[in-house]
Amino acid sequence: MQELGKAELNSTRIIRQNDNRVVIEKDLDTEYMVLSMGPQHPSTHGVLRLECITDGEVVVEAEPYLGYLHRCFEKYCEKVDYPGIVPYTDRMDYLAGMNTELAYCIAVEKLLDVEIPRRVEFIRVIVSELNRIASHLVAIGTYGIDLGAFTPFLFCFRDREHILNLLEWISGARMLYNYIWIGGLSYDVPADFKKRVAEFVTYFRPKALELQKLLTENEIFVKRTKGVGIMPAEVAINYAWSGPMLRGSGVKWDLRRNDPYSVYPELDFEVPVPDGRFSDIGDSLSRHLVRAWEMDESLKIIEQCLDKMPEVEGFNSRSAIPKKIRPKAGEVYGRAENPRGEVGFYIVSDGKSTKPLRCKARSSCFVNLSAMKDLSKGQLIPDLVAIIGSIDIVLGEVDR
Amino acid sequence: MDNGMEEAGNIMPAAVQESKAAYDIIKERFGSAVSEFDANPTMPFFEVVDTSKWVDIALFMRDDSRLKFNYMACLSGVDYPEQNQLGIVCNLESIGHHTHRIAVKVKCQRDGGSIPSVSCVWHTANWHEREAYDMYGMTFDGHPDHRRILCPEDWTGYPLRKDYQVQETYHGIKVPY
Amino acid sequence: MSQSPSLNTWSEALSGFYIGWLPLGLLIVAAIPLVFIALYALTYGVYGERKISAFMQDRLGPMEVGPWGLLQTLADILKLLQKEDIVPTVADKFLFVIGPVIMFVGSFMAFAVLPFGPAFIGADLNVGLFYAIGIVAFEVVGILASGWGSNNKWALYGAIRSVAQIVSYEIPASIALLCGAMMAGSLSMQQFSVMQAGPYGFIHYYLFSNPIAWLPFIIYLISSLAETNRAPFDIPEAESELVAGFFTEYSGMKFAMFFLAEYGSMFMVSAILSIVFLGGWASPLPNVGGLALNDLTSGPAWGAFWIIMKGFFFIFVQMWLRWTLPRLRVDQLMYLCWKVLTPFSFIAFVLTAVWEIYK
Repeated sequence: MQELGKAELNSTRIIRQNDNRVVIEKDLDTEYMVLSMGPQHPSTHGVLRLECITDGEVVVEAEPYLGYLHRCFEKYCEKVDYPGIVPYTDRMDYLAGMNTELAYCIAVEKLLDVEIPRRVEFIRVIVSELNRIASHLVAIGTYGIDLGAFTPFLFCFRDREHILNLLEWISGARMLYNYIWIGGLSYDVPADFKKRVAEFVTYFRPKALELQKLLTENEIFVKRTKGVGIMPAEVAINYAWSGPMLRGSGVKWDLRRNDPYSVYPELDFEVPVPDGRFSDIGDSLSRHLVRAWEMDESLKIIEQCLDKMPEVEGFNSRSAIPKKIRPKAGEVYGRAENPRGEVGFYIVSDGKSTKPLRCKARSSCFVNLSAMKDLSKGQLIPDLVAIIGSIDIVLGEVDR
Repeated sequence: MDNGMEEAGNIMPAAVQESKAAYDIIKERFGSAVSEFDANPTMPFFEVVDTSKWVDIALFMRDDSRLKFNYMACLSGVDYPEQNQLGIVCNLESIGHHTHRIAVKVKCQRDGGSIPSVSCVWHTANWHEREAYDMYGMTFDGHPDHRRILCPEDWTGYPLRKDYQVQETYHGIKVPY
Repeated sequence: MSQSPSLNTWSEALSGFYIGWLPLGLLIVAAIPLVFIALYALTYGVYGERKISAFMQDRLGPMEVGPWGLLQTLADILKLLQKEDIVPTVADKFLFVIGPVIMFVGSFMAFAVLPFGPAFIGADLNVGLFYAIGIVAFEVVGILASGWGSNNKWALYGAIRSVAQIVSYEIPASIALLCGAMMAGSLSMQQFSVMQAGPYGFIHYYLFSNPIAWLPFIIYLISSLAETNRAPFDIPEAESELVAGFFTEYSGMKFAMFFLAEYGSMFMVSAILSIVFLGGWASPLPNVGGLALNDLTSGPAWGAFWIIMKGFFFIFVQMWLRWTLPRLRVDQLMYLCWKVLTPFSFIAFVLTAVWEIYK
């Protein structure tokens, strides 16, 4: 038997057999299809583009393409002075502006070495935990939409609205706050703030339970997410995953505990990690569960902060802000636990200028998304959507 | 960190001492390939002088049981116009093994310089190195997917270099505003 | 209740109303269901869905156009009519245009065999049920034509998923309906209702009179959701996965035709369900002692009322499920069909046969 030739993508073979008969063989040939998912696609959560090579419904490989929302935040930072950067940080992760502001301010304050009033620290923690709940509500709600459940999304947005109203009340803006300033806050909280936050906490507890019953305990939801997109802990650490993503893989790592900042060491809260009872550790459901549990923990933190927050007569939230923010020469990597993971700022100061020489933002989504290529191999298209949803990306932060 | 600094005075804060201990292990193994330790309180770091050893150092840092720097928090590209150099700064720490953290600097020539890629050591370095290349233009030897990431493929120049001049038009679109 | 006999006599009088040779009265009676279909499907099905979803999601739904937003759907139709009718240049124009038409016609042709009352039925075929099943499956052709003709990868995925899904679910659905046919001993839609009408109202319905009927009833309820591409089986148009599935490329009235076809077939499957298992136009109210509720609530007008109400009830169930449940995955959907519903429908088939022989 002798092979004479090949044609048409190796699918046709011409073979001369031993009795000199020539046989033409043809495989039932299938082709891969290149499917461009995004940048305009309902479930890429913004302008992410995934170039999927698909074999029927199976994704052979998905290559993410970024940069559709790239604004070169880091170049801006070299052009404006330190306090001027704060509004730009809001625009990175626009669902968790307070947390990103906090991360940036922590970084600069490390360089400046200023003493922050305790009341400011508590307010910072309260607003960033409120924002964490708001951000997780969006994550959970849109995850429901990704899997076809529309109602939880609107429930989430209804509750998130209360948080946005609170934050608007204290800062004047719904999403892009510019509230946490280096060394202080732009304003003290209004009178009655404590009361209304406490009201929200009592309002939200049963709603979180309702959400859990509607979505998390739904049989179809569990079937769609359990065992999908499993990320082993070792690989997750190697990919430098952080936040709920890393905790979903069973690693108990939370910067609020492991690299504590602000007043978190004084507060009593759990770092929830999946224990394998409800989900396979590291799968999409685990990541979703961690977010749901974290909302409870955030409520606990807020309650404790409301108790412990000192009342100061005639408090000036800007008292600790230096007149001229010009840090001494040096470098710092300051970071905080955002709803999506570790957000860090690497800042280089030359000691002369009021502008940073270099301000690199370590974006949690960017790092978390970098594992997408590995996670997507051999998944079905619906599972791909479930995985993207569980990574919970905000493209404003990925592209900066 | 603030507390640490109050206690410190002249002696090093605890966190910096931990970094120093980790550094000593690396220094002992690689000798002159690494620079002296910079014990500043905000971000203690050392520099890799012999860049060809960078991958070995990285592997050693990740795998040695005394170090176990398994988590690369950040990799930032930096421009040093005075020294005519580009560099990267890696913030490393250990999850689940130790509490120490350290920063590593690697530098290369400004024009046509290259740094060995550590994306085989830490997967996360893959995209960070692509970003550094995109913004600064240093190449990463051995990088599996050496492309721009945030800017378009056919963008000219490296935006975060200090001497960057933005191009006038991009595909007929006026760029500077 | 007391107006019922007068309503009946009124409608009977109307049926007998002639102008010369023209049976005008009969035409009016015949037009009532058609007007209903148009009104329901074109406007108030959509309106109902919006209001029901709004109610479930803690919001108001349409409120601006007309009182309680009652005219919202009319405004939407006006908008869709004015929209540009885009046919992509690379699309297969013939298939692209014919797709929505086939779907629309297919979903409304089935209404021909729906009995709206003891006297009124478009065509009392002796194979009415068979015809209805066949016509509902006819939509597959329209879906495939539009999905393939769009020349869009997402549309193609949607079309292929849809065809696989509808063709698969035909099997448990048909077998479940066959159980009903065995109980009635007929395929005529009218016969189903006649068999289930009686002085004790709902007691005569197969669902309540036959101890096995609940099994094919549930199987058909689930399969009908899949056949009409409704959640949790809305995989062909899964918006978060396939953008809009097979109608991704459609705009304007062509898009509206898909929409209306969907609501048409939603009512169709609900009506089939209520005819086969819940007595169609037969009144559910029993005669209790001297109070002849059943007799009072039977008749042509009441018949139409009952079947429409039963249809609406199942449409409500469909909407309820849609706004509660997430979507299944493709393989899970097929698993449910081939490994759960189909075996159970065979079991139901055998049990029904045994029951019919030995009862």
